[in-house]
Amino acid sequence: MQDNRSENKIIITISGVDRIGIVSKVTTVLAEYKVNIEDIKQSIMQDYFVMFLLGDISKSDKSFKEIKEAVSKAGEEMGMEIWIQKKQIFDKMHNI
Amino acid sequence: MTSINTDSILETIDMIRVHHLDIRTVTLALSLRDCCDKDVKVVGEKIYNKIIKYAKNLCSMAQEIEEDYSIPIINKRIAVTPISLVGESCDNYDYVYLAKVLDKAAAEVGVNFIGGFGALVEKGCTRGDEALIESIPEALAQTERICSSINVASSKAGINMNAVLKMGKTIKKAAELTADKDGIGAAKLVCFCNVPSDNPFMAGAFHGYGEPECALNVGVSGPGVVRAAIESLPKDTTFGDMANKIKQIAYKITSTGELVGREMAQKIGIPFGIIDLSLAPTPEVGDSVAGIFQAMGLEHAGAHGTTAALAMLNDAVKKGGIMASSHVGGLSGAFIPVSEDAGMIEAATRGCLTFDKLEAMTSVCSVGLDMIAIPGDTSADTISGIIADEMAIGMINKKTTAVRVIPAPNKKEGDKVVFGGLLGEAPIMSINKLSSKDFVRRGGRIPAPIHSLNN
Repeated sequence: MQDNRSENKIIITISGVDRIGIVSKVTTVLAEYKVNIEDIKQSIMQDYFVMFLLGDISKSDKSFKEIKEAVSKAGEEMGMEIWIQKKQIFDKMHNI
Repeated sequence: MTSINTDSILETIDMIRVHHLDIRTVTLALSLRDCCDKDVKVVGEKIYNKIIKYAKNLCSMAQEIEEDYSIPIINKRIAVTPISLVGESCDNYDYVYLAKVLDKAAAEVGVNFIGGFGALVEKGCTRGDEALIESIPEALAQTERICSSINVASSKAGINMNAVLKMGKTIKKAAELTADKDGIGAAKLVCFCNVPSDNPFMAGAFHGYGEPECALNVGVSGPGVVRAAIESLPKDTTFGDMANKIKQIAYKITSTGELVGREMAQKIGIPFGIIDLSLAPTPEVGDSVAGIFQAMGLEHAGAHGTTAALAMLNDAVKKGGIMASSHVGGLSGAFIPVSEDAGMIEAATRGCLTFDKLEAMTSVCSVGLDMIAIPGDTSADTISGIIADEMAIGMINKKTTAVRVIPAPNKKEGDKVVFGGLLGEAPIMSINKLSSKDFVRRGGRIPAPIHSLNN
């Protein structure tokens, strides 16, 4: 429980028109930056792709900001909308 | 525990992206009580150095937090000890000089407003208070970032009518000295009853006498989020269920603010103070408190029922917010400024929201008559009458009330003022033309009210 709330957890939300290689491109960047993927959920609704990814950045030698910039760039190159946030905001907002 | 809760994630992103959820302000509250000296130049030097020392990282840290959570932090601000006290030990008073020092320090650290150029005079003025009030119009005209607030009444002390009279003249002059900008000086000047000492919102932010050396106070907002939540309910949802929905949303908004506040405070190395959950509108479409009234079923702000709608909203917001943080403070509730709320501007322009209705609404909102433009030829005595009425509402009802009206120079009913940015724009509203002169000039104080026989 405590671990799940730690500041090392990030949530990446990607959405946009579906195409080949979205997951591959994002996860490649994450691997390069040593971000461990703990969970992925995705769905496609009328060609509209949405993916949620839970990552752990504790093993990364890069800062959150650097990781965010790299993933955002990858997302933008594919024309996807991408949100990268520390997980704490969701834990805090939606739990009593 | 599920690792990914997709509904929560989508809801959060929607609140930020579509409904303007934001951290409205992170305000560094700082005591300047150790900056007193006989020489005003030394006071200025101490003030400048202290602000730079404490606030130098405020903006960069706020930017980091914005990145971490992808939530906008709109304003970075500073609130200081009422300057009347800080400058009072000087051999020769020069409060305009101190205002310029504060302005320069604020610019240096990159904050858009610095509050605390004020005094608490509900029972009477000291020599320093008198000198400070005298200097306000000049100070506001010669600076960009200074905000001034004067507490002229409280439920325990009554209303200082001498100060009310003086503030009528001060507001008028502050507007006149900034006539080239529609009287913007008066938009940064506010009179209070029962002023809170930890409020992070301008123009009334200051660092009160009972506060610690420094603290980080956070103001969160989200009228758009509340409106969307109400609109998601069926039209025949009862008031109890609607209030519950508002409470849930208020909880979520406040929790986010608390997270940001605590992280920020830790990063800058100062204690976290309070979170102020105020539905503070902006002129942007969709970020309006008036929009909430419409979602509740009123044709527009100002319709009969608006006061009841606001009372329920204000109360539900507080109830939801209080659960989310151990230290809720400031003004927490719903603001009803005219110029800063697209829906209120529209309602006032169409004539369906009147000055008198706004006054009634202030008996249940979280602050008071706020950002209302009135004709430039309004006399200082009439402005004092407006202040006296508003202070009476706060004093009797044991709540905070305030007056921030702008007697727009050379403008008359039907014209409008444009301040730009968060201060927005407003139509000149019609006010009662009868004279208040002989009443407000009596002098003395209106005695504090009885606190029993509550009827």
